[in-house]
Amino acid sequence: MSAQAGTAPRPRISLDSRLRATALSEWIKFRSIRSGPLNLLLTAAIVLLGAWLLDAQTRSGWATMPPGARASFDPIGTTFNGIQLAQLFVGALGVMTVTGEYTSGLIRGTFLATPQRAQVLAMKALVFTVVVWAWCTALSFPAFFLGQSILSSPAKHVGIGAPGALTAVFGAGLYLTCVGLLGVFIGVVVRRTPAALSALFGLVAVLPFAVNLLPSTLGSQVGEYLPSNAGEQAWHLLPGGAYMLGPWSGLSVLIAYVAVAALAAFALIRRRDA
Amino acid sequence: MDERAGATIEAQSLKKVYGNTTAVDGIDFQIKPGRVTGFLGPNGAGKSTTMRMILGLDLPTSGTVTVNGRGYQGQVWPLHEVGALLDARAVHPGRSAYNHLLSLAAANGIARKRVDEVLEQVGLTSVAHKRAGGFSLGMSQRLGIAGALLGDPGALLFDEPVNGLDPEGILWIRTLMRTLATEGRTVLVSSHLMSEMALTADHLLVIGRGRMLADMPLSELIARNSGERVEVRSADPQRMAADLRAAGAQVTLEPDGTLGVLGLGSKQIGELSYERGHVLHQLRDVTASLEEAYFRLTGESVEYRAPIPVAA
Repeated sequence: MSAQAGTAPRPRISLDSRLRATALSEWIKFRSIRSGPLNLLLTAAIVLLGAWLLDAQTRSGWATMPPGARASFDPIGTTFNGIQLAQLFVGALGVMTVTGEYTSGLIRGTFLATPQRAQVLAMKALVFTVVVWAWCTALSFPAFFLGQSILSSPAKHVGIGAPGALTAVFGAGLYLTCVGLLGVFIGVVVRRTPAALSALFGLVAVLPFAVNLLPSTLGSQVGEYLPSNAGEQAWHLLPGGAYMLGPWSGLSVLIAYVAVAALAAFALIRRRDA
Repeated sequence: MDERAGATIEAQSLKKVYGNTTAVDGIDFQIKPGRVTGFLGPNGAGKSTTMRMILGLDLPTSGTVTVNGRGYQGQVWPLHEVGALLDARAVHPGRSAYNHLLSLAAANGIARKRVDEVLEQVGLTSVAHKRAGGFSLGMSQRLGIAGALLGDPGALLFDEPVNGLDPEGILWIRTLMRTLATEGRTVLVSSHLMSEMALTADHLLVIGRGRMLADMPLSELIARNSGERVEVRSADPQRMAADLRAAGAQVTLEPDGTLGVLGLGSKQIGELSYERGHVLHQLRDVTASLEEAYFRLTGESVEYRAPIPVAA
């Protein structure tokens, strides 16, 4: 050990290597607790099982389905409907990636190593985005093919080359990533696991039901711009009614919510005592 | 003064207010390398807040604190400059000791083999891949210290490091801190345990109610705050006592004939004995313990005071 370790002038460290060091640290943290990989496995199980069960049910009931329902049947939206449940797991993973550090006190250790807090949050979000996006997109393809092969004739089904099909498959991965990121940023703002989970689940899972209680047109108009209602257009093939945005504009609305949460998170993480 | 070696931690008019409570009330200090500086004060005096401000975790309401002339938040890869043990339990319970240290090392561009080295140094090699949540307090403390040593820093901060440790662990930490200071590093250790401070610290910062009460070497603190009591043994204690009282001293007579004298120094007592023809057997200055010195100093600033029970 050198006795005067602190006095040697350190070489200037480029921003690039600083960012890479922070990202590597966040990646090590992500992969070294069981809940991360476990959560991703559960997400996969739910999406694949969902595709299998929902499409098998449709297929067996196809003969008795009224013609109107057949016409508006969305083979991709039904296949991916397991996302409604899977998003809660991805969102919880996002929340706990952050609140796990705050509740254990580890966040202080993180900030001791990297006092540039915005850099920590940015790299944490980046690592999360890359891992979750890659996993969920990779997962959407087998779910799509599994679902469509189960539907088969005479039930309505589509191939990957059908207009909008590929968009929906990528949309599924992007949607789940956005919900997870929303969890990350809400986690930074709220810091406590139960409160952050409540806020996230309320926003993506409860609010869509709550707006249904509003008078019908108003409910639909408001509902259209809720994060989950808007975002899920990205993994549907057919728009579900008059008040529905298309896939990309729907996803953009969800991304806008993520951006607002991110702004709040970056503003607060720099100003608050850790 | 040689300020070239190690890292100097310096605060100027450092102040922290939480709501209506002033935790740290405009303190100044300079912590120098090569010695163990003790940060002493009752619970709630502002020790931890000050340490968190040094480390950039809490932002000062006003004033500045720097390490080697720079604020912590401006440091790039600060583990090379400053190592800290704040709360030993601040580890994700599901992560292994090795991965915990590896993530910290990666964040500061520290090589993987350094993780093995510090684990070895603190004696955790055999449990490196076990979940930190299952560690005893002593093991967690060692893991926290391993984290502080990772970057081979010039300055080390320990917040109440011996709390809850067994005697062996206490001895280990005490020795470690002395060694680190001997190597030329700056060591700041906070404690509310006077006996611990008396054994480890060379220099003391005493804080009470957010204000700096003393900033001086341990020996000087004790000397200045001792009551200057002198013990006297002489051939005729009764007559000696009467003469001392006549000279204005407060005198207590012990059953064994020893006189406890306050208000006169040993020099004056010696001269008085000579003039009055006393035969002295012993003349001894009694230094106070750090504890006595401390209570004299903080008497006015202990925030939560309970009446001391009187033995029946």
